[in-house]
Amino acid sequence: MLFEVTLSGVTLGGMYALVAMGLTLQYGVARIMNLSYGELLIAAAFAALWFYSGLAINPLIGLVVVPPIAFALSYAIYRILVQPLVSRAKTRDALEVDSILATFGLLFVIQGVMLALFGGAYFSYSFLAVPLKIAGATVAANRLLALLLAVAIGLGLYLGLTRTRIGTAVRAVAVDPVAAQLVAIDVRTASALAFALGGALVAAAGVLVSMFLTFNANLGVVFTLKALVVVIMGGVGNLLGALIAGLILGLVENYVAVFVDPGLTLAATYAIFLLVLLVRPQGILGRSSR
Amino acid sequence: MIGLGLRLLTATAVAALAFALPASAQDKVKIGYAISKTGPNAGGASITQIPNYEMWVKDVMAKGGLKVGDKRLPIEVIEYDDRSNSEEALRAVERLVTEDKVDLLFPPWGTGLNLAVGPAFNKYGYPQLAFSAVTDRAPDLAKRWPNSFWLLGTSKQYVDALTGLLKKMRDEGKIGPNIAMISISDGFGIDLSQAARKGFTDAGFKLAYDKSYPIGTQDLSPLIGEAQRSGADTFVAFSYPPDTMALTEQSKVASYAPKVMFLGVGVGFPMYAQRFGANVEGIMSLGGWSKDNANTAAYAKKHEEMFKRGPDRWGSQIGYASLQMLEQAIERVGKIDRAAIIKELQTGTFDTVLGKVKLVDNMMQDNFWLIGQWQDGFFAGVAPQRAGVGTPVVPKPAWKN
Amino acid sequence: MSGREMLGIALAAVAVAVLACVPLMLGDYGLSLAINIVSYTVLATAWSLFSGPTRYVSLATVAFFGIGAYTTAVFVESLAWPLVLLIATAVSIVVAAIVGLSTLRLSGVYFVIFSFGLAELVRQLVTWFEVNKTRTLGRYVFADITAAQIYWQLLALAVLVFAIGFWIGRSRLGLALRAIGDDETVARHSGIDATRAKVALFVLSTVFMTLTGAIMAPRWTYIDPAIAFNPVISFTVLIMALLGGVHRLYGPVLGVVPLALLFEYLLARFPNHFSIMVGLVFIVIVYLIPRGIAGLVEGAVRKPA
Repeated sequence: MLFEVTLSGVTLGGMYALVAMGLTLQYGVARIMNLSYGELLIAAAFAALWFYSGLAINPLIGLVVVPPIAFALSYAIYRILVQPLVSRAKTRDALEVDSILATFGLLFVIQGVMLALFGGAYFSYSFLAVPLKIAGATVAANRLLALLLAVAIGLGLYLGLTRTRIGTAVRAVAVDPVAAQLVAIDVRTASALAFALGGALVAAAGVLVSMFLTFNANLGVVFTLKALVVVIMGGVGNLLGALIAGLILGLVENYVAVFVDPGLTLAATYAIFLLVLLVRPQGILGRSSR
Repeated sequence: MIGLGLRLLTATAVAALAFALPASAQDKVKIGYAISKTGPNAGGASITQIPNYEMWVKDVMAKGGLKVGDKRLPIEVIEYDDRSNSEEALRAVERLVTEDKVDLLFPPWGTGLNLAVGPAFNKYGYPQLAFSAVTDRAPDLAKRWPNSFWLLGTSKQYVDALTGLLKKMRDEGKIGPNIAMISISDGFGIDLSQAARKGFTDAGFKLAYDKSYPIGTQDLSPLIGEAQRSGADTFVAFSYPPDTMALTEQSKVASYAPKVMFLGVGVGFPMYAQRFGANVEGIMSLGGWSKDNANTAAYAKKHEEMFKRGPDRWGSQIGYASLQMLEQAIERVGKIDRAAIIKELQTGTFDTVLGKVKLVDNMMQDNFWLIGQWQDGFFAGVAPQRAGVGTPVVPKPAWKN
Repeated sequence: MSGREMLGIALAAVAVAVLACVPLMLGDYGLSLAINIVSYTVLATAWSLFSGPTRYVSLATVAFFGIGAYTTAVFVESLAWPLVLLIATAVSIVVAAIVGLSTLRLSGVYFVIFSFGLAELVRQLVTWFEVNKTRTLGRYVFADITAAQIYWQLLALAVLVFAIGFWIGRSRLGLALRAIGDDETVARHSGIDATRAKVALFVLSTVFMTLTGAIMAPRWTYIDPAIAFNPVISFTVLIMALLGGVHRLYGPVLGVVPLALLFEYLLARFPNHFSIMVGLVFIVIVYLIPRGIAGLVEGAVRKPA
């Protein structure tokens, strides 16, 4: 039983991590607090639904098609909407305020478009809802897939960021954009790429999540906030931190559900989050800001 | 600045008024509603409530308008979005009444918002035909606000009906004495589970598992596991649509097959049968549909044509019936005299998709199914005992892949 | 006190007197709108009282607003009204002091999300308590308090928050806070007890939020955690204050009034496309009014001179 609970906690945590990874890139590297993050996830979920029920295409193909579109879209959003704010911002604080306001507006626009297209009703479909037996415990294939992808993306990006030239540039921007510029790194392009990559990741998460969660056009904010909690807990800009934080939250949620009281699951996750911050104000793997 | 704001406001209000005031006496009927088009309530509102409003208006207009006295008057609709917020809902209702001067109001979605606007409906004397609120305070509320009608009933009604069914099954030896129950931590789930706790134990059942879970829980497998381990062969969940979907899917994945599986809101949604196909067989929930009722069948067909999806098999038909009652009450009164309309609603008998309806103390009496079960692809009413009642199928058929 | 300040105070007194007559002049709907504006004025001003000088962006507004609303829901039928407000104040002081002491060492976005997490934690705990201890969720509040009375109470609260803000601006505390906001390390070295100053201000600001919630609650008949702890309130306050400008005491109100009216207009005019409209307006505002409306006003005042 313990193993089964652990397994379901890990899959849930994997989903949280997957949902948060794009945001940690967007916030950690591009330094944009993107409040419209979750809307993109829901948009991708709608796209997957449309693929599946409208065109009868396997949502896994959606996983190949949707993220590149989201990448392009996010890139455009960064260049058109965000860059002017970055250029005009005198301080990091000013940029933070501006990006909160602008992406808050964007949140409403994307949500409004989805409401106009699909209305506020709930949507869901069944895909890969088949049980897999792992050492006697049962787990749903679609949820396991989300976990595996989270791990794959986390490790892949980690390697990409540490082992490639572009990755090194992106990391340099994350650490210190001014210094990065001095060593001839194109900060703007690196930021735009990181932002767009974050968009592609959240779209992938949206496609996967749509296979097992019921969603509607208003649900984006829920994911944005969950992602923010994971990102902050893991340490801004740190993919492994997001993975660890996601897993901790998932495990805590399911352990508390079984061993304490399911009514306290969310209270426990927030309590853990607050505790972690009190002990490590910069997050689990975050760098100290001062 | 505030002064300027108020001036601005008065100016827009005056403009709105000038635009909206009827030229002569009554040449149209203005109906206003504020409903959750955004926010957490939007999911429920746009499945169960808004389609009924739109459909009824279309139907009435197709007949040439709303019959008031000897004329048929066109309907003008004014709709606002309350953003799932009590304060906004209240203000929108005040605006509809005092600025837009609507003749009639439709209620918002859900228990919380119906209560928030209750005092305003009462103060201005508008009938409030709430059909998306389940509250045990309904009889008190109807007394406090005689203009308010609580058509969806009380938690106790549902629980009594369910307990009656379970008791019969147990006495026939089809199920054991243990029940596993979970409920969502929201007014709906807690009211119902509270009533059920008492109802079940009074009927001699034992609650082998009894927990609540917060709104927004995304993995219900731990609860399913615990229910499974509790050994109970009856599973009752007072859940909301996203959880109802997840409970069904995760139960299937876990091969959790209780003999009775009762789930909450969402089982009657068209997408439920669409998503789970043959696996819906035997699942029970609130609401239900009559197999032999040509009226509701026609209603469902019309709904499908207009919105590309069928109605919710719980509240939807009651909502449409409430609008038909309002329509007939106006016709009988012969003018937009709201006090007389309320009186007529309280005492009259109405011909609706549900059949003949006569309210008692502003509530329906056995006019609709409290408990239903998916049988051969149809969500059939199995309680209370009334004409056309189906026989519940126990045990629930095994999951198919 | 300079002549200019005396004039300002006199003008403010006249404005308050006029505003106090609002319930006598406007209908129910106008009064509701006025209540909405005044309540957000108190919330946004209280918010920037703390967040303006310290630069801590807080999303915990609704935690305190909700605590106030719940205090009313629990006690309004059994206790005298002033006592209810007193209890709400006491609870918020305790909670805010604990939170303030433990969290103010967080910085930047960590504090933002922490404050959001805090609000959600409080909501979850209240829910759990109600479900498992009182066995009901959703409290009925039947209190004989009229809309006009609610409005006057909020107006009094608004006057109080402005008075305190004005006083802080001129006090040693205000000076200390500005120093902290500019550079906390320097401030600490010059002998300012930064922690104490920040916690004091945090507590003060949350008391106003709590009282707003307590005063507003009787309007809704029914209170449940989703209604009392609606995170939209935190975000709305944040946006209104930032738009108005947090570096002037009168800044937030300049954000509250136009935004509240704009929301109202868009909700009525575009009930089905409210989100899109409001989003576009936001984006436009960010580009056109980079320094908040207070900055715009100041710029306009300075230019001719």
